[in-house]
Amino acid sequence: MNIYRYIFPGVALMVALPLFSQATNTVAGPKPAVHQTTQPQSAAGTKQRDGNEVFAANCSRCHNAPESFSPRISGTIVRHMRVRASLSKEDEEALLRFLNP
Amino acid sequence: MRGLSSSTNLRLRRRPVIALALLITCLIAPGLAAQNTPILSGGTVFFSNTRGGKTTYQMVANPLIAVPVGPHLFFEGRGVLVETLSPASTGGYNTSRFFGLSYMQADVIANKHVTAVGGLFLTPFGTYNERLTPLWIGNFQDAPLIYGIGNMNFGTGLGGMLRGNAFSTDKVSVSYAAYVSAGSTNVRVRTQRSTGGQANVYFPKARLEVGASFGRRLETVRENNFGTHVWWQPIKVPIVIRSEYAHAPNSQGYWIEADYRLPQFRDAKWLARLEPIARVEQAFRNAPDRTDGLPSLDTQKAAFGLNYHFPHEVRINATYGRQFATGGNVNIWQTGLIYRFLTPTWKGK
Repeated sequence: MNIYRYIFPGVALMVALPLFSQATNTVAGPKPAVHQTTQPQSAAGTKQRDGNEVFAANCSRCHNAPESFSPRISGTIVRHMRVRASLSKEDEEALLRFLNP
Repeated sequence: MRGLSSSTNLRLRRRPVIALALLITCLIAPGLAAQNTPILSGGTVFFSNTRGGKTTYQMVANPLIAVPVGPHLFFEGRGVLVETLSPASTGGYNTSRFFGLSYMQADVIANKHVTAVGGLFLTPFGTYNERLTPLWIGNFQDAPLIYGIGNMNFGTGLGGMLRGNAFSTDKVSVSYAAYVSAGSTNVRVRTQRSTGGQANVYFPKARLEVGASFGRRLETVRENNFGTHVWWQPIKVPIVIRSEYAHAPNSQGYWIEADYRLPQFRDAKWLARLEPIARVEQAFRNAPDRTDGLPSLDTQKAAFGLNYHFPHEVRINATYGRQFATGGNVNIWQTGLIYRFLTPTWKGK
Protein backbone atom coordinates (compact mmCIF):
# COMPACT_ATOMS: atom_id res chain seq x y z
CA MET A 1 0.00 0.00 0.00
CA ASN A 2 1.27 3.44 -0.85
CA ILE A 3 -0.16 6.66 0.53
CA TYR A 4 0.25 8.36 -2.85
CA ARG A 5 -2.62 6.25 -4.17
CA TYR A 6 -4.84 8.23 -1.83
CA ILE A 7 -3.22 11.61 -2.23
CA PHE A 8 -3.93 11.96 -5.95
CA PRO A 9 -7.68 11.20 -5.84
CA GLY A 10 -7.99 13.37 -2.72
CA VAL A 11 -6.28 16.36 -4.29
CA ALA A 12 -8.20 15.84 -7.54
CA LEU A 13 -11.47 15.80 -5.59
CA MET A 14 -10.64 18.96 -3.67
CA VAL A 15 -9.73 20.75 -6.91
CA ALA A 16 -12.71 19.46 -8.86
CA LEU A 17 -15.36 20.39 -6.32
CA PRO A 18 -14.65 24.13 -6.28
CA LEU A 19 -14.45 24.19 -10.07
CA PHE A 20 -17.73 22.33 -10.25
CA SER A 21 -19.42 24.79 -7.93
CA GLN A 22 -18.17 27.72 -10.01
CA ALA A 23 -19.40 26.09 -13.19
CA THR A 24 -22.88 25.47 -11.83
CA ASN A 25 -23.16 29.17 -10.94
CA THR A 26 -25.00 28.53 -7.72
CA VAL A 27 -25.19 30.36 -4.45
CA ALA A 28 -22.60 29.55 -1.79
CA GLY A 29 -23.64 27.66 1.36
CA PRO A 30 -26.07 29.01 3.96
CA LYS A 31 -24.94 32.18 5.55
CA PRO A 32 -24.80 32.34 9.32
CA ALA A 33 -27.29 34.46 11.19
CA VAL A 34 -24.69 37.04 12.04
CA HIS A 35 -24.20 37.69 8.35
CA GLN A 36 -27.83 38.69 8.09
CA THR A 37 -27.43 41.65 10.38
CA THR A 38 -27.43 44.97 8.64
CA GLN A 39 -24.15 46.71 8.11
CA PRO A 40 -24.05 50.10 9.81
CA GLN A 41 -23.13 53.09 7.72
CA SER A 42 -19.64 54.38 8.23
CA ALA A 43 -19.41 57.81 9.70
CA ALA A 44 -18.51 60.38 7.09
CA GLY A 45 -14.82 61.04 6.90
CA THR A 46 -13.79 58.11 9.09
CA LYS A 47 -11.98 55.08 7.80
CA GLN A 48 -13.73 52.06 9.25
CA ARG A 49 -13.02 48.44 8.51
CA ASP A 50 -15.77 46.38 6.91
CA GLY A 51 -17.03 44.09 9.69
CA ASN A 52 -18.30 41.53 7.22
CA GLU A 53 -14.86 41.32 5.69
CA VAL A 54 -13.21 41.12 9.12
CA PHE A 55 -15.53 38.28 10.07
CA ALA A 56 -14.92 36.37 6.85
CA ALA A 57 -11.17 36.89 7.00
CA ASN A 58 -10.56 36.14 10.67
CA CYS A 59 -13.38 34.09 12.18
CA SER A 60 -14.40 31.77 9.37
CA ARG A 61 -10.79 30.80 8.81
CA CYS A 62 -11.17 28.46 11.79
CA HIS A 63 -14.87 27.85 12.32
CA ASN A 64 -18.39 28.31 11.04
CA ALA A 65 -20.34 31.10 12.66
CA PRO A 66 -22.84 30.21 15.36
CA GLU A 67 -26.39 30.16 13.96
CA SER A 68 -27.45 32.87 16.34
CA PHE A 69 -26.64 34.30 19.75
CA SER A 70 -27.92 36.88 22.14
CA PRO A 71 -26.76 40.44 21.40
CA ARG A 72 -25.94 40.67 25.12
CA ILE A 73 -22.90 38.48 24.61
CA SER A 74 -21.56 39.89 21.36
CA GLY A 75 -19.02 42.04 23.22
CA THR A 76 -17.76 39.06 25.19
CA ILE A 77 -17.43 36.94 22.06
CA VAL A 78 -15.50 39.65 20.26
CA ARG A 79 -13.20 40.16 23.25
CA HIS A 80 -12.55 36.41 23.33
CA MET A 81 -11.75 36.48 19.63
CA ARG A 82 -9.49 39.49 19.99
CA VAL A 83 -7.29 37.57 22.42
CA ARG A 84 -7.55 34.18 20.74
CA ALA A 85 -7.10 35.39 17.14
CA SER A 86 -4.87 38.40 17.96
CA LEU A 87 -7.23 40.79 16.24
CA SER A 88 -6.23 44.41 15.99
CA LYS A 89 -8.25 46.96 17.94
CA GLU A 90 -9.71 48.27 14.69
CA ASP A 91 -10.80 44.78 13.66
CA GLU A 92 -12.32 44.19 17.09
CA GLU A 93 -14.36 47.36 16.79
CA ALA A 94 -15.44 46.57 13.22
CA LEU A 95 -16.48 43.09 14.25
CA LEU A 96 -18.48 44.39 17.19
CA ARG A 97 -20.29 46.88 14.94
CA PHE A 98 -20.97 44.08 12.47
CA LEU A 99 -22.39 41.71 15.09
CA ASN A 100 -24.28 44.42 16.93
CA PRO A 101 -25.09 47.26 14.52
CA MET B 1 -11.27 29.02 66.22
CA ARG B 2 -11.06 26.30 68.78
CA GLY B 3 -14.07 26.25 71.08
CA LEU B 4 -16.59 27.41 68.48
CA SER B 5 -19.35 25.10 67.35
CA SER B 6 -18.82 23.40 64.00
CA SER B 7 -21.62 25.41 62.32
CA THR B 8 -20.16 28.73 63.54
CA ASN B 9 -16.75 27.62 62.42
CA LEU B 10 -18.12 26.78 58.96
CA ARG B 11 -19.85 30.19 58.69
CA LEU B 12 -16.63 31.97 59.62
CA ARG B 13 -14.66 29.97 57.10
CA ARG B 14 -17.18 30.86 54.40
CA ARG B 15 -16.88 34.61 55.02
CA PRO B 16 -13.73 35.13 52.94
CA VAL B 17 -15.33 33.21 50.08
CA ILE B 18 -18.49 35.33 50.26
CA ALA B 19 -16.42 38.51 50.49
CA LEU B 20 -14.40 37.44 47.46
CA ALA B 21 -17.57 36.68 45.51
CA LEU B 22 -18.99 40.10 46.41
CA LEU B 23 -15.74 41.77 45.43
CA ILE B 24 -15.70 40.02 42.05
CA THR B 25 -19.36 40.94 41.50
CA CYS B 26 -18.59 44.60 42.33
CA LEU B 27 -15.64 44.54 39.95
CA ILE B 28 -17.59 42.91 37.14
CA ALA B 29 -20.85 44.83 37.43
CA PRO B 30 -19.66 48.31 36.37
CA GLY B 31 -17.86 46.86 33.39
CA LEU B 32 -20.84 44.95 32.13
CA ALA B 33 -22.02 46.89 29.14
CA ALA B 34 -25.13 45.63 27.42
CA GLN B 35 -23.01 43.39 25.19
CA ASN B 36 -20.58 42.11 27.78
CA THR B 37 -22.51 39.47 29.67
CA PRO B 38 -20.27 36.53 30.59
CA ILE B 39 -20.78 33.50 28.40
CA LEU B 40 -21.00 29.79 28.90
CA SER B 41 -20.03 28.03 25.72
CA GLY B 42 -18.57 24.75 24.60
CA GLY B 43 -19.43 21.47 23.05
CA THR B 44 -20.53 17.97 23.91
CA VAL B 45 -19.80 15.02 21.68
CA PHE B 46 -20.22 11.32 21.31
CA PHE B 47 -17.39 9.68 19.38
CA SER B 48 -16.86 6.18 18.07
CA ASN B 49 -13.43 5.17 16.87
CA THR B 50 -12.81 1.81 15.18
CA ARG B 51 -9.12 1.18 14.74
CA GLY B 52 -8.00 -2.16 13.35
CA GLY B 53 -11.39 -3.70 14.18
CA LYS B 54 -11.51 -2.54 17.81
CA THR B 55 -14.05 0.11 18.68
CA THR B 56 -13.68 2.71 21.41
CA TYR B 57 -16.48 5.04 22.48
CA GLN B 58 -16.03 8.41 24.07
CA MET B 59 -18.36 10.98 25.55
CA VAL B 60 -16.68 14.34 25.93
CA ALA B 61 -17.82 17.69 27.28
CA ASN B 62 -15.78 20.82 26.68
CA PRO B 63 -17.33 23.68 28.69
CA LEU B 64 -15.87 27.16 28.26
CA ILE B 65 -16.54 30.21 30.37
CA ALA B 66 -15.52 33.75 29.47
CA VAL B 67 -15.93 36.74 31.78
CA PRO B 68 -15.01 40.30 30.78
CA VAL B 69 -14.19 42.63 33.66
CA GLY B 70 -14.07 46.24 32.57
CA PRO B 71 -12.48 47.27 29.29
CA HIS B 72 -9.07 45.70 29.86
CA LEU B 73 -9.47 42.51 31.85
CA PHE B 74 -10.80 39.18 30.63
CA PHE B 75 -11.01 35.80 32.33
CA GLU B 76 -11.53 32.63 30.35
CA GLY B 77 -11.24 28.93 30.94
CA ARG B 78 -12.03 25.64 29.26
CA GLY B 79 -12.39 22.26 30.91
CA VAL B 80 -12.55 18.78 29.51
CA LEU B 81 -14.56 15.85 30.84
CA VAL B 82 -14.09 12.50 29.12
CA GLU B 83 -15.68 9.12 29.67
CA THR B 84 -14.09 6.36 27.62
CA LEU B 85 -15.32 2.86 26.91
CA SER B 86 -12.53 0.78 25.44
CA PRO B 87 -12.52 -2.94 24.61
CA ALA B 88 -10.99 -5.11 27.33
CA SER B 89 -8.63 -7.95 26.48
CA THR B 90 -10.87 -10.35 28.39
CA GLY B 91 -14.01 -9.26 26.50
CA GLY B 92 -16.48 -6.55 27.35
CA TYR B 93 -15.45 -2.96 27.93
CA ASN B 94 -13.35 -1.02 30.38
CA THR B 95 -14.51 2.42 31.39
CA SER B 96 -12.37 5.33 32.45
CA ARG B 97 -13.08 8.94 33.35
CA PHE B 98 -10.96 12.03 33.19
CA PHE B 99 -11.47 15.64 34.16
CA GLY B 100 -8.91 18.32 33.45
CA LEU B 101 -8.35 21.90 32.45
CA SER B 102 -7.47 22.85 28.89
CA TYR B 103 -6.76 26.40 29.95
CA MET B 104 -7.65 28.91 32.65
CA GLN B 105 -6.18 32.30 31.99
CA ALA B 106 -6.47 35.99 32.76
CA ASP B 107 -5.93 38.39 29.87
CA VAL B 108 -4.92 41.98 30.41
CA ILE B 109 -5.35 44.06 27.27
CA ALA B 110 -2.54 46.49 27.94
CA ASN B 111 -2.80 48.48 24.73
CA LYS B 112 -3.76 48.01 21.08
CA HIS B 113 -0.66 45.90 20.41
CA VAL B 114 -0.09 43.94 23.63
CA THR B 115 -2.19 41.53 25.64
CA ALA B 116 -0.59 39.98 28.72
CA VAL B 117 -1.81 36.49 29.55
CA GLY B 118 -1.26 34.78 32.88
CA GLY B 119 -2.26 31.36 34.15
CA LEU B 120 -2.74 28.10 32.29
CA PHE B 121 -2.79 28.71 28.55
CA LEU B 122 -2.72 26.81 25.29
CA THR B 123 0.80 26.62 23.87
CA PRO B 124 1.15 28.92 20.86
CA PHE B 125 2.95 26.59 18.47
CA GLY B 126 1.61 25.97 14.97
CA THR B 127 -2.12 26.32 14.52
CA TYR B 128 -3.77 23.12 15.65
CA ASN B 129 -3.46 23.52 19.39
CA GLU B 130 -4.91 27.00 19.76
CA ARG B 131 -7.40 27.01 16.91
CA LEU B 132 -8.66 23.52 16.12
CA THR B 133 -8.76 21.65 19.44
CA PRO B 134 -12.24 22.85 20.47
CA LEU B 135 -14.61 19.96 19.79
CA TRP B 136 -17.07 22.16 17.95
CA ILE B 137 -14.38 23.32 15.52
CA GLY B 138 -12.12 20.36 14.72
CA ASN B 139 -12.97 18.24 11.70
CA PHE B 140 -11.13 15.12 12.81
CA GLN B 141 -11.15 13.33 16.15
CA ASP B 142 -7.44 12.62 16.08
CA ALA B 143 -4.85 15.32 16.47
CA PRO B 144 -2.24 15.40 13.70
CA LEU B 145 0.69 13.00 14.08
CA ILE B 146 3.10 15.91 14.63
CA TYR B 147 0.99 17.50 17.39
CA GLY B 148 3.61 16.66 20.02
CA ILE B 149 6.28 18.82 18.40
CA GLY B 150 6.38 22.26 19.97
CA ASN B 151 3.31 21.70 22.11
CA MET B 152 5.41 20.17 24.88
CA ASN B 153 3.36 16.96 25.03
CA PHE B 154 0.35 18.41 26.81
CA GLY B 155 -0.45 21.48 24.69
CA THR B 156 -0.53 23.75 27.72
CA GLY B 157 1.79 26.14 29.49
CA LEU B 158 1.67 27.49 33.01
CA GLY B 159 3.10 30.96 33.34
CA GLY B 160 2.93 34.10 31.27
CA MET B 161 2.52 35.07 27.66
CA LEU B 162 2.58 38.28 25.68
CA ARG B 163 0.59 38.33 22.48
CA GLY B 164 -1.21 40.67 20.17
CA ASN B 165 -1.38 42.34 16.84
CA ALA B 166 1.84 44.17 16.00
CA PHE B 167 0.77 45.78 12.78
CA SER B 168 -2.46 45.79 10.81
CA THR B 169 -3.61 47.43 7.59
CA ASP B 170 -6.09 46.49 4.88
CA LYS B 171 -3.32 44.60 3.11
CA VAL B 172 -1.36 42.87 5.83
CA SER B 173 -1.69 41.95 9.49
CA VAL B 174 1.16 40.77 11.70
CA SER B 175 0.49 39.02 14.99
CA TYR B 176 2.78 37.45 17.56
CA ALA B 177 2.90 35.44 20.80
CA ALA B 178 5.77 34.68 23.20
CA TYR B 179 5.58 32.68 26.41
CA VAL B 180 7.44 31.13 29.32
CA SER B 181 6.04 28.15 31.18
CA ALA B 182 6.84 26.35 34.40
CA GLY B 183 6.47 22.59 34.75
CA SER B 184 3.55 20.98 36.55
CA THR B 185 2.97 17.31 37.28
CA ASN B 186 -0.52 17.78 38.69
CA VAL B 187 -2.74 15.26 36.95
CA ARG B 188 -5.38 17.95 36.13
CA VAL B 189 -2.84 20.54 35.01
CA ARG B 190 0.15 19.00 33.26
CA THR B 191 2.75 21.26 31.73
CA GLN B 192 6.45 21.21 30.92
CA ARG B 193 9.06 23.84 31.62
CA SER B 194 9.45 25.53 28.28
CA THR B 195 9.52 28.74 26.33
CA GLY B 196 8.56 29.67 22.81
CA GLY B 197 6.75 31.95 20.47
CA GLN B 198 5.06 32.46 17.19
CA ALA B 199 4.70 35.09 14.47
CA ASN B 200 1.99 35.16 11.81
CA VAL B 201 1.58 37.29 8.72
CA TYR B 202 -1.88 37.46 7.21
CA PHE B 203 -2.79 38.94 3.83
CA PRO B 204 -6.52 39.75 3.95
CA LYS B 205 -6.88 40.42 0.21
CA ALA B 206 -5.61 36.96 -0.64
CA ARG B 207 -6.88 35.38 2.59
CA LEU B 208 -3.46 33.83 2.95
CA GLU B 209 -1.65 33.31 6.23
CA VAL B 210 1.91 32.20 6.78
CA GLY B 211 3.52 31.78 10.15
CA ALA B 212 6.51 30.43 12.01
CA SER B 213 6.75 28.96 15.50
CA PHE B 214 9.54 28.18 17.91
CA GLY B 215 9.52 26.17 21.11
CA ARG B 216 12.31 25.22 23.53
CA ARG B 217 11.82 22.47 26.04
CA LEU B 218 13.61 23.20 29.31
CA GLU B 219 13.03 19.89 31.06
CA THR B 220 15.69 17.20 31.46
CA VAL B 221 16.04 16.91 27.69
CA ARG B 222 16.56 20.40 26.35
CA GLU B 223 15.68 20.73 22.71
CA ASN B 224 14.46 23.21 20.16
CA ASN B 225 11.37 22.73 18.00
CA PHE B 226 10.53 24.69 14.87
CA GLY B 227 7.37 24.90 12.86
CA THR B 228 5.78 26.74 10.00
CA HIS B 229 2.25 26.91 8.66
CA VAL B 230 0.32 28.11 5.64
CA TRP B 231 -3.44 28.61 5.58
CA TRP B 232 -5.39 29.70 2.56
CA GLN B 233 -9.06 30.49 2.21
CA PRO B 234 -9.83 31.44 -1.41
CA ILE B 235 -12.32 34.28 -1.60
CA LYS B 236 -14.49 32.90 -4.40
CA VAL B 237 -14.67 29.31 -3.24
CA PRO B 238 -15.84 28.17 0.22
CA ILE B 239 -12.83 26.00 0.86
CA VAL B 240 -10.22 26.29 3.59
CA ILE B 241 -6.80 24.71 3.14
CA ARG B 242 -4.64 24.39 6.23
CA SER B 243 -1.13 23.01 6.40
CA GLU B 244 1.62 22.78 8.94
CA TYR B 245 5.18 21.50 9.13
CA ALA B 246 7.10 20.89 12.35
CA HIS B 247 10.63 19.81 13.13
CA ALA B 248 12.17 18.38 16.32
CA PRO B 249 15.72 17.02 16.82
CA ASN B 250 14.60 13.43 16.32
CA SER B 251 11.46 13.71 14.23
CA GLN B 252 9.59 15.87 11.76
CA GLY B 253 6.41 15.84 9.76
CA TYR B 254 3.56 17.74 8.17
CA TRP B 255 -0.18 17.72 7.68
CA ILE B 256 -2.47 19.23 5.08
CA GLU B 257 -6.18 19.54 5.72
CA ALA B 258 -9.03 20.90 3.61
CA ASP B 259 -12.72 21.40 4.17
CA TYR B 260 -15.20 22.50 1.59
CA ARG B 261 -18.72 23.75 2.22
CA LEU B 262 -20.83 22.53 -0.68
CA PRO B 263 -22.82 25.12 -2.63
CA GLN B 264 -26.54 25.58 -2.14
CA PHE B 265 -28.43 24.24 -5.11
CA ARG B 266 -31.90 25.54 -5.84
CA ASP B 267 -33.83 22.34 -5.10
CA ALA B 268 -31.39 20.69 -2.72
CA LYS B 269 -30.66 23.09 0.09
CA TRP B 270 -29.64 20.21 2.31
CA LEU B 271 -26.58 19.86 0.12
CA ALA B 272 -25.22 23.13 1.48
CA ARG B 273 -25.07 21.56 4.92
CA LEU B 274 -22.59 18.99 3.72
CA GLU B 275 -18.89 19.59 4.20
CA PRO B 276 -16.38 17.17 2.68
CA ILE B 277 -13.14 17.07 4.66
CA ALA B 278 -9.75 15.53 4.03
CA ARG B 279 -6.38 15.34 5.73
CA VAL B 280 -3.05 13.89 4.59
CA GLU B 281 -0.10 13.69 6.97
CA GLN B 282 3.31 12.14 7.40
CA ALA B 283 5.62 11.83 10.38
CA PHE B 284 9.25 10.82 10.06
CA ARG B 285 11.39 9.41 12.83
CA ASN B 286 15.15 10.11 12.68
CA ALA B 287 16.07 8.56 16.01
CA PRO B 288 14.25 7.06 19.01
CA ASP B 289 12.82 9.75 21.30
CA ARG B 290 10.05 9.17 23.82
CA THR B 291 9.69 12.82 24.68
CA ASP B 292 8.38 14.28 21.42
CA GLY B 293 5.09 12.38 21.33
CA LEU B 294 5.40 11.21 17.72
CA PRO B 295 5.03 7.60 16.55
CA SER B 296 8.11 5.47 17.08
CA LEU B 297 8.22 4.56 13.39
CA ASP B 298 7.71 6.48 10.15
CA THR B 299 3.96 6.86 9.77
CA GLN B 300 1.73 8.10 7.00
CA LYS B 301 -1.96 8.70 7.20
CA ALA B 302 -4.72 9.75 4.83
CA ALA B 303 -8.28 10.41 5.95
CA PHE B 304 -11.40 11.83 4.39
CA GLY B 305 -14.99 12.19 5.46
CA LEU B 306 -18.10 14.30 5.70
CA ASN B 307 -19.59 16.78 8.12
CA TYR B 308 -23.33 17.36 8.03
CA HIS B 309 -24.56 20.47 9.81
CA PHE B 310 -28.04 20.14 11.28
CA PRO B 311 -29.94 23.18 12.57
CA HIS B 312 -29.46 24.21 16.21
CA GLU B 313 -25.69 23.71 16.19
CA VAL B 314 -25.74 19.94 15.81
CA ARG B 315 -23.23 18.29 13.51
CA ILE B 316 -22.61 14.68 12.59
CA ASN B 317 -19.31 13.59 11.28
CA ALA B 318 -18.01 10.41 9.66
CA THR B 319 -14.47 9.78 8.47
CA TYR B 320 -12.43 6.97 7.05
CA GLY B 321 -8.68 6.89 7.26
CA ARG B 322 -5.83 4.52 6.65
CA GLN B 323 -2.60 4.64 8.53
CA PHE B 324 0.56 3.26 6.96
CA ALA B 325 3.48 2.43 9.19
CA THR B 326 6.47 0.12 9.06
CA GLY B 327 4.94 -1.89 11.89
CA GLY B 328 1.66 -2.48 10.01
CA ASN B 329 -1.19 -0.68 8.30
CA VAL B 330 -4.56 -0.07 9.88
CA ASN B 331 -8.00 1.20 8.87
CA ILE B 332 -9.60 3.87 11.04
CA TRP B 333 -13.34 4.52 10.99
CA GLN B 334 -14.65 7.35 13.11
CA THR B 335 -18.05 8.89 13.71
CA GLY B 336 -19.13 11.79 15.88
CA LEU B 337 -22.25 13.58 17.03
CA ILE B 338 -21.34 17.09 18.09
CA TYR B 339 -23.47 19.73 19.80
CA ARG B 340 -22.30 23.25 20.37
CA PHE B 341 -23.81 25.59 22.93
CA LEU B 342 -23.34 29.29 23.45
CA THR B 343 -25.37 31.17 26.01
CA PRO B 344 -25.23 34.10 28.42
CA THR B 345 -24.52 33.02 31.98
CA TRP B 346 -27.58 34.82 33.26
CA LYS B 347 -30.76 36.34 31.97
CA GLY B 348 -30.99 40.02 31.33
CA LYS B 349 -33.04 42.60 29.54
